[in-house]
Amino acid sequence: MIKTLRETIGGLWSLLVGMKITAINFKSPEITVHYPRQVVPDLEGFRGHIELVPKEDDPFKSKCTACSNCVRICPTSCISMKAAKPKKKEAPAAEAEGSQEPAAKKPKAKPEPVLFELNFNYCSLCGLCVQSCPTNALRFSDDVYLAGFTRQEFVFDLLARLQNQAQKKEQ
Amino acid sequence: MIEAIEAIPAQFIVIFVGFLAILAFVGLNAVLLVYLERKIAGFIHRRPGPYEVGPHGILQPIADGLKLVGKQIFTPTGADSYLFWLAPMISIAPALVCFIAIPFGPHLQIINTNVGLILILAFTGINVLALCIAGWTSQNKYSLLGAARDISQSVAYEIPLLITVLSVVFMTGTFNLFDIAAGQGAWPWQWYIVYQPLAFVLFFICVLAETNRAPFDLPEAESELTAGFHTEYSGMGFAMFFLAEYAYMVVASCIVAILFLGGFQGPIAPGVWWFLAKVYIVLLVMIWIRWTFPRVRFDQLLNICWKWLIPLAVLNLLITLAVIAL
Amino acid sequence: MSSMDLRLDTSGDYYARKFQPTKREDTLILNMGPQHPSTHGVLRILLEIEGEYILRADPVLGYVHRMHEKMGEVMSYPQYYPNPPRTDYLHALAWNWAHVAAVERLMGIEVPERAEYIRVITCELNRITSHLLWWGAYLLDLGAFTPIMYSFDDRERIQDILQRITGSRLTYCYYRFGGVSDDIDDRFVEDTRRHCAVMKERFKMFKSLVTDNFILRKRVEEIGEIPLETCRKYGATGPVLRGSGKAYDVRRAEPYSVYDRFDFNIPAYDTCDAMGRYLVRMDEMQESIKIIEQALDTLPEGDYIHPKAPKRPKPPVGDIYFALEGARGKIGIHLVSDGGKSPYRIKLRAPGYSNLSLFSEVAQGTLISDAVSILGSLDLVIPEIDR
Repeated sequence: MIKTLRETIGGLWSLLVGMKITAINFKSPEITVHYPRQVVPDLEGFRGHIELVPKEDDPFKSKCTACSNCVRICPTSCISMKAAKPKKKEAPAAEAEGSQEPAAKKPKAKPEPVLFELNFNYCSLCGLCVQSCPTNALRFSDDVYLAGFTRQEFVFDLLARLQNQAQKKEQ
Repeated sequence: MIEAIEAIPAQFIVIFVGFLAILAFVGLNAVLLVYLERKIAGFIHRRPGPYEVGPHGILQPIADGLKLVGKQIFTPTGADSYLFWLAPMISIAPALVCFIAIPFGPHLQIINTNVGLILILAFTGINVLALCIAGWTSQNKYSLLGAARDISQSVAYEIPLLITVLSVVFMTGTFNLFDIAAGQGAWPWQWYIVYQPLAFVLFFICVLAETNRAPFDLPEAESELTAGFHTEYSGMGFAMFFLAEYAYMVVASCIVAILFLGGFQGPIAPGVWWFLAKVYIVLLVMIWIRWTFPRVRFDQLLNICWKWLIPLAVLNLLITLAVIAL
Repeated sequence: MSSMDLRLDTSGDYYARKFQPTKREDTLILNMGPQHPSTHGVLRILLEIEGEYILRADPVLGYVHRMHEKMGEVMSYPQYYPNPPRTDYLHALAWNWAHVAAVERLMGIEVPERAEYIRVITCELNRITSHLLWWGAYLLDLGAFTPIMYSFDDRERIQDILQRITGSRLTYCYYRFGGVSDDIDDRFVEDTRRHCAVMKERFKMFKSLVTDNFILRKRVEEIGEIPLETCRKYGATGPVLRGSGKAYDVRRAEPYSVYDRFDFNIPAYDTCDAMGRYLVRMDEMQESIKIIEQALDTLPEGDYIHPKAPKRPKPPVGDIYFALEGARGKIGIHLVSDGGKSPYRIKLRAPGYSNLSLFSEVAQGTLISDAVSILGSLDLVIPEIDR
């Protein structure tokens, strides 16, 4: 009997202790971020979808050598790439600029991608493509607020993305 | 026309106007309580709570209300649609009647009746019927279980509730709520909570159980019975149950304020403001409790009632009687 | 739930029909799940109840079967990296580790010491996040809303720490054959240390808010008693087994990695009830912090991945079974190699599967509320069970 009473009184006391803790938390400042007005400050290490890294000297060109390591290692086959020797593609562009440059490049023509698409719908963000890249031509983007309405919006043409980024940088 | 109006007894006009005022009061209270509940929950969780609709989310309850009004009225297959839709109305109507007898201020009471307390206790009892019908006609096993829980819970907790009320009534010798409030002094040490601390605690626990508030929210325990008796209700059906729940909370807090906290009495200037302040303090404590504790189990709930509350209530009554007799 | 007359209804699915035949006519057959707030996703439990008492309970699985084992057979070894963490998304790193270590053992790849330490630290951090989420969700099942918010506060902070080096917040894919994918830096060490100190204070708050709470104790004490014998019968491991009094932990019983260098206790409670399992997990978080702090103190310098670790491993013909301690129990991977670039067969042992199997036996004769409490105390992650 006495034991039950003591237990009950101890129990009721524990309830009061609980209420005290919630009261303390009630008075404490908020810990959440008001999203549209504030954003999370530190996103270091965030892995968005992959994007191509431009060459140091030419921001319109990617470092990619079209070795297709990333295509092969991807567990969900979400990267598709078409490689081509640059001479075919660059010929018309080079004519406009002048005839000297393509001539200089032709001997060391390396294959480069003409199509580099990422189907982000299937990507599991494991990072194997980035790690398998011998030329470090891939990196993770940091767009946390990526959102869209259709599946098509998540099929990214990474070469076009690279061009856009380069143009933005120039402006 | 004027003669026709004059022919109506003044009492009816008072009741009519009072009823409109009650509707407004219940509606406003629900809006305010929903906002307060969510905001307090937010602060306890250290998050802002509703924030987007209006400054600091003030318009959130109105947006919620509009959403509920706009939703499709949906009756489950095989449900008795008359009873199914009658249940929310049966739930809300008695709650409105209860406000008639409550003395909000020294001069603000719709009917000053000698049986005010009995009237309120009687009408709040009808809510059980509404939940029973809702659970039974929903054609859902979770609803049925919720209704079964509600009936045993409400019936059990009426007993200690009435006994604790009796101990106050024996002290004052009246069922008239105005007289009970007026019988207490202006200062806290003149309130009945000082004379009847045990009765206050018991009554408060019973109120939590009767209004199905956490930690006694078993009829709608959502981790066990999804949503209990109102699983199948959507739109306005759900809104009315919701409104009724908050209306009963307010009624219960009013009773607590009148019986134990001096009603409209207060230092300096007694009046409506003291009454509302006390009611809201009680409501805030109810909200605070909800966001702190886990839910009790069903058999534990009944054990608390039969093994602790009823014996203690009887003991309290006997002591009260002994003191009065001396 | 289609109608009240499920009993007479012959149109129910296979499980409903199989469960149906019963001698009694005054009972109710209740489908708890697959959409029910306390079955955490997609577990379905068929219950036969009399009033609120459960006469029979039968879990139905397979709603999130994703063929992770089959996927292992068609993918090359590195391609399978992201899969095991997705089976148990709460303790993803343990699964990641199990897969990586199984291949390492089969091929005899050496793991640098620093990598082992990093693995221990991150895996233990992940264990804490897993237990924190369980703690919050369990209390949500028991009707308390607030604790999950507090546990998420700490959980998010740990995830911030892990995100910086692993790049993910939930389905980590961090360990590689022969090491880890990225090195940890001073800031990681500092953040982890600071957070460990914060957590110690938080545990005190958790204790007085929840563990000591009268209502909670009444909801978990002497509820769902699982005798040790039952645990043995069903192969239950992890906190479920330790809550039944057997201090069995793979980290201590068959030490892998560098766990034998750290000083930590294996909490065990012989009350066999939900409270025992609850306390085991609460203590385990503190033990994890102890391990992390020791590992940070003795963190060696060196490579984070073996420089000669194979990029495209082709293990020799043979098989290997590797087990380690996950947050829910013994995680095992049985890997059979035919010498090719993808495994011949990969079998994942999910601890939750064995732990759930107990349920029908334990739940008999309890109330629905207790069944919810028992289910929560088993700490089930359904995608892990269904795989």
